[in-house]
Amino acid sequence: MMLVDWIIILSSICYLLLLFAIAYIADKRAERGAGITSHPYVYALSLGVYCTSWTFYGSVGRAASSGLDFLPIYIGPTLVFVLWWLVVKKIIRITKAHRITSIADFISSRYGKSTPLSVLVTFIAVVGIVPYISLQLKAVATSFNVLKQYPEVIAPLNSPPIATVADTAFWVALVLAIFAILFGTRHIDNSEHHDGVVVAIAFESVVKLFAFLAVGIFVTFGIYDGFGDLFAEAAKQPELMQLMTFQKEGAYTTWVTLTTLSMVAAVCLPRQFQVIAVENVNEPELRKGVWFFPLYLLAINIFVLPIALGGLLQFPDGDVNADTFILTLPMAHGQEILALLVFLGGLSAATSMVIVATIALSTMVCNDLVMPVLLRLKWLGLRERSDFTGVLLFVRRSSIILILLFGYAYFRFLGESDALVTIGLISFAAVFQFAPAMLGGMFWKGGNRKGALTGLSLGFAVWAYTLLLPAFAKSGLLPITFIAAGPLGIDFLRPYELFGLKGLDHLTHALFWTTVCNVGAYVFISLYTKHSALERVQGALFVDVYRYADQGPRSQIWQGSASVEDLFNLLVRFLGRARADRSFSGYFRDRGLERRRVKMADSDLVNFTERLLAGAIGAASARVMISSVVKGEIVRIEEVMKILDETSQVIEYSQNLEQKSQELETTTRQLRAANERLQELDRLKDDFLSTVSHELRTPLTSIRSFSEILNDHPDLEEKEKSRFLGIIVTESVRLTRLINQVLDLAKIEAGQMEWIVEDIDVPQIVENSLDTMSAILSEREVGLDVNFASDLPLIKGDRDRLMQVIVNLLSNAVKFCRDEQGWVSVSVYSQAEEVVITVTDNGKGIPWSAREYIFEKFHQTREGLTDKPHGTGLGLSISRQIVKYFGGRLELVESSTTGSTFGVFLPLSLPVSIDKAGE
Amino acid sequence: MPHTVLVVEDEPHIVDSLSFLMKRAGFEVFIARDGDAALRMVESRPPDLMLLDIMLPRRDGFDVLKTVRSNQAWRDMRIILLTAKGRDVDRLKGMELGADDFVTKPFSTKDVVRLVRQHLGVEEKLA
Repeated sequence: MMLVDWIIILSSICYLLLLFAIAYIADKRAERGAGITSHPYVYALSLGVYCTSWTFYGSVGRAASSGLDFLPIYIGPTLVFVLWWLVVKKIIRITKAHRITSIADFISSRYGKSTPLSVLVTFIAVVGIVPYISLQLKAVATSFNVLKQYPEVIAPLNSPPIATVADTAFWVALVLAIFAILFGTRHIDNSEHHDGVVVAIAFESVVKLFAFLAVGIFVTFGIYDGFGDLFAEAAKQPELMQLMTFQKEGAYTTWVTLTTLSMVAAVCLPRQFQVIAVENVNEPELRKGVWFFPLYLLAINIFVLPIALGGLLQFPDGDVNADTFILTLPMAHGQEILALLVFLGGLSAATSMVIVATIALSTMVCNDLVMPVLLRLKWLGLRERSDFTGVLLFVRRSSIILILLFGYAYFRFLGESDALVTIGLISFAAVFQFAPAMLGGMFWKGGNRKGALTGLSLGFAVWAYTLLLPAFAKSGLLPITFIAAGPLGIDFLRPYELFGLKGLDHLTHALFWTTVCNVGAYVFISLYTKHSALERVQGALFVDVYRYADQGPRSQIWQGSASVEDLFNLLVRFLGRARADRSFSGYFRDRGLERRRVKMADSDLVNFTERLLAGAIGAASARVMISSVVKGEIVRIEEVMKILDETSQVIEYSQNLEQKSQELETTTRQLRAANERLQELDRLKDDFLSTVSHELRTPLTSIRSFSEILNDHPDLEEKEKSRFLGIIVTESVRLTRLINQVLDLAKIEAGQMEWIVEDIDVPQIVENSLDTMSAILSEREVGLDVNFASDLPLIKGDRDRLMQVIVNLLSNAVKFCRDEQGWVSVSVYSQAEEVVITVTDNGKGIPWSAREYIFEKFHQTREGLTDKPHGTGLGLSISRQIVKYFGGRLELVESSTTGSTFGVFLPLSLPVSIDKAGE
Repeated sequence: MPHTVLVVEDEPHIVDSLSFLMKRAGFEVFIARDGDAALRMVESRPPDLMLLDIMLPRRDGFDVLKTVRSNQAWRDMRIILLTAKGRDVDRLKGMELGADDFVTKPFSTKDVVRLVRQHLGVEEKLA
């Protein structure tokens, strides 16, 4: 049998149809609720999508040229899955909790649902993965062209001339695009689960492993007598011995680099993220299957070295490309069925990668690149469109075709220059740029959007400069001197020896600089720029996903109102009526509500809808769509947190608190003072009452005593009787005056004194007062000196009260002036805006220190006056209050041992309050 | 020898009435118009009984009382306080400081005379 074109093509088509049938059946089962994707082994096998045609053909090629260097690519993922709990499980949990649809969605969600970030990640992913896809095309095309030469073995050391395989590659791209579209975009699913694809991928993993093992066993046990024989044969050739040890310089560095790269790639490659996280159905069950994937990797690698050695022994001339050993060895030995199986194995490796990668990338391109832009273009009127599923499908299908065409273009123009592994590693290094933002975002709350954006951009730029551009140069798209001499001949910028860093292989060199730039920028900018509240919330939700896992994504609370119908229509537009219907019915059923009766959606339902939408069109777009139907204020928890979180607010808050506490302190102080004042007043009142009581009792005592004496002693002489009666009268008068004054004082202090305000002539009033005093003046032989200024103005005041003041001052003067040759002087004059009345006596004076004291109630100067009848002790106090009432002052102006002068100062115009009251 | 009574009071009319009453009761009366004067009198001629007002110029009645009671020589001197404020605290304070009795103003003349007699151990003579 000859392996002619049509046989190969036919078997390939049959294989792909079988694959499609498997996927179709799996999809149908899943729709019936009997999906098998949750089976641990199906999941673990689907992870085998990691092993592409690069593994299938390239590992052998790498082993043939660099020995054990092929291994790190598989050690990396193994390590990742050993660290399952730390990384993978957390990714899965976050993805589920936030209904994340792609790695772009993941990273942008983490940093506040940032559209620029998701666009950037998508861009990097597409640019980074295109070489990888081209690698698959190249592998399939090359293997096809090698196989169809059968029985001749023609596989040149350098890749075959593009012209010979270009057409094949184009058709391969086209067929793969059709299959990817058939598999991945038959419908739009809110969770991006593709049950059929997962099962098909798992099946492909089995096929490629089977093919690989078959060749391995054929080489080891068919051509040779087991491992021992094979290695013994190889050991005879020193250059082959070298492959089995680390004798090459820098081998360790390369190992570390490759292991690191592949660890990240195992998670961050869009297709890996797709199968690990997005397609994952049942996290806890799958833990059991985790060990299975590393085992798979081990199995597929067991025969790499034997096949490589077998190939090198078989084709010692070096005229057969080592990448094709797995195919050319069976061919050389006439095993056409095995060769066809190998081709199909290679095809399965390529198709699984291309299908999953394009599904993942098209989802990203659609959700994170195209839709956010389309939705913002108002003139397209997309927001108003009733059915979006068509648009979504169109965008995704177009992007799949475009991506494959890019892949083809890359292959067509660049694929000739590099080996499979090199192309793959360029992709790995591109994807590696996601690691800081993604892993940092999962374990470090401090990372923010600006840091992630800058880190990614810089890392990507350095990647392009140190890996992609040199690849362009090698293929002639750029001058080749770019590599050796740097751009414009600047040594410093040589892409393989950037900033003078020498002695590393290209990949390690690139990894070093991208890591420095990416991680450096990410950490530095995150530390020194502001975090928005949304970033903080998302950061907390990602990093502490286990804590929040049960609550679902609660990062936003929609507080606006939306009608159930609006939300429903929104869902219909993106998910189709049937899915929307099912989702809503389920929602209401779960909550025991009758859907017909609920008109307005609560925040729960709005969130539910947003999550469903996020599943279909990504978080950023879903946010835009939801906000278009939710009316009114949209208050999110992050805004509330913002208020609390912003430092300025906190400071203001604490300042407010401080102020409040100061106010409280002040109030407390005031209260305490008021309380003390009250106690003081209480004490004063007590004292006052006790003093009044004392003052009342004193005249009363005299009155009672002499009344009783007069009553009990009828034998008294007439003269004595009349003296006693005189005392009784005097004391009665005193008592009366005292009572009147106490009442006056009480009235003034209570503000109940009745004032009669009129124009008064001060000299006239003084005159009248002197008249009332004339009797006592002459009785006591006190001289009087009166001195009135002329043309004094009239002032407003209460005539009687002012007389009371002047009489009080005059009687004090008379009382305290010298017994012999006593005199009293009164003068009235005006100065400035005042009318002044002074009353002077020639008594012993008042100690200057007591000049205020004498105006206190019941203060009496008793010294040297023991033989004189006492006053009430209220006169000066009341007088001062009266003068004060009219805005004036009553003061002791002057005092010495030869006399004292009291002055009454009355303003020409009354205080406003009294003036008005008087009118 | 008639008993001696010292009236310590600053109100002239009350001094008048008290000295009249004491003389009529047969006692020899001395008068002091402030606290200092009272102590001077006590030193020069300690009386058998003192009628002591509390509210006094210069040195108040409590002070006089304290000073007198601090001297053993005057231990037998009877002291009756005159209070006008009518507050219990004043009375209590006075008794604690060693006063023998107190009279509240306005007092009954008969009561004052009877109290003085009682404290001096003099039977009332029926007039």
